[in-house]
Amino acid sequence: MIERPDLKQTLGRLLGPAEPEVGCDACFEELDRYVELELAGKDADTAVPGLRAHLAGCPACREEHDSLLALIAGGQLP
Amino acid sequence: MSVLDTATVGVMEPVAPLIAPTRTTLSPLDAESQEWLRTLRAGDTREEAIARLHALLLRAARFEVARRRPTLPHLRGNDLDDIANEAADDALMSVLRRLDDFRGASRFTTWVYKFALLEASAKLRKRAWQGREVPLEPESWDVFSSVGLEPDAQAEQSELLVTLQNAIAEVLTPHQRSVLTALALNGVPIDILAERLNTNRGALYKTLHDARRKLRKHLDERGLALDNWLED
Repeated sequence: MIERPDLKQTLGRLLGPAEPEVGCDACFEELDRYVELELAGKDADTAVPGLRAHLAGCPACREEHDSLLALIAGGQLP
Repeated sequence: MSVLDTATVGVMEPVAPLIAPTRTTLSPLDAESQEWLRTLRAGDTREEAIARLHALLLRAARFEVARRRPTLPHLRGNDLDDIANEAADDALMSVLRRLDDFRGASRFTTWVYKFALLEASAKLRKRAWQGREVPLEPESWDVFSSVGLEPDAQAEQSELLVTLQNAIAEVLTPHQRSVLTALALNGVPIDILAERLNTNRGALYKTLHDARRKLRKHLDERGLALDNWLED
């Protein structure tokens, strides 16, 4: 299979996640709980349905998730 | 809580809505979180607790600024520290305003960090887009190279792209088309677009979501196998 990264990425951004998802407001409300569950090795996706799909579809929320996860996990400045 | 889970698209066909968030059962607060709330509410400890909270928020804001620094080469150290301080100030106001919303679903410190990260990342995106035009029209579809594809795959790709372009032009409302183009094709950050269009991030994401669902439905009805073309 030949890789078509540009096409894949752009189609992903255009079509978004296939799964049901929450919106940005609900994502922000649940983000702290979700990240702590992730770091505790618990099933965050079952506990907070639709958040993982939203992170796949919303780059701004994904950045904030990644930052919170990194801050809580390590907390050291890069 | 603002929930964006009930709308359809007016006179157009209804699309799958954003789902409602789950409601967590309140859990007993851990001792540290209880202490934060107590000291922030009590008159004799409030001022000192607010100063400690600001320091915590500033640490988170500086963390975010440092993470993004490589993407902001034009900003100097003083500018970045100003942004971190402004983010911490604004996050402090948000946290104090919403103190009664803290449900204990996480530690208090995790809950407050997200406000600082949100403020810092939003300010950094704003600086990065300061003075830049926000493109609402598609640029080009020629970015999709078919070099190296087998003839069958080339034909499939071509059919997919033509169908997709037609769907964007014909199935979406003008507002959905502009929002989808800016966010998904032109890489405009959602909070930047929200500011320029005088709306908010939640409302824009709902527009994007509805547009995406309509495109998926349109392609699905035409039998295009999307799974072959999307990221795993």
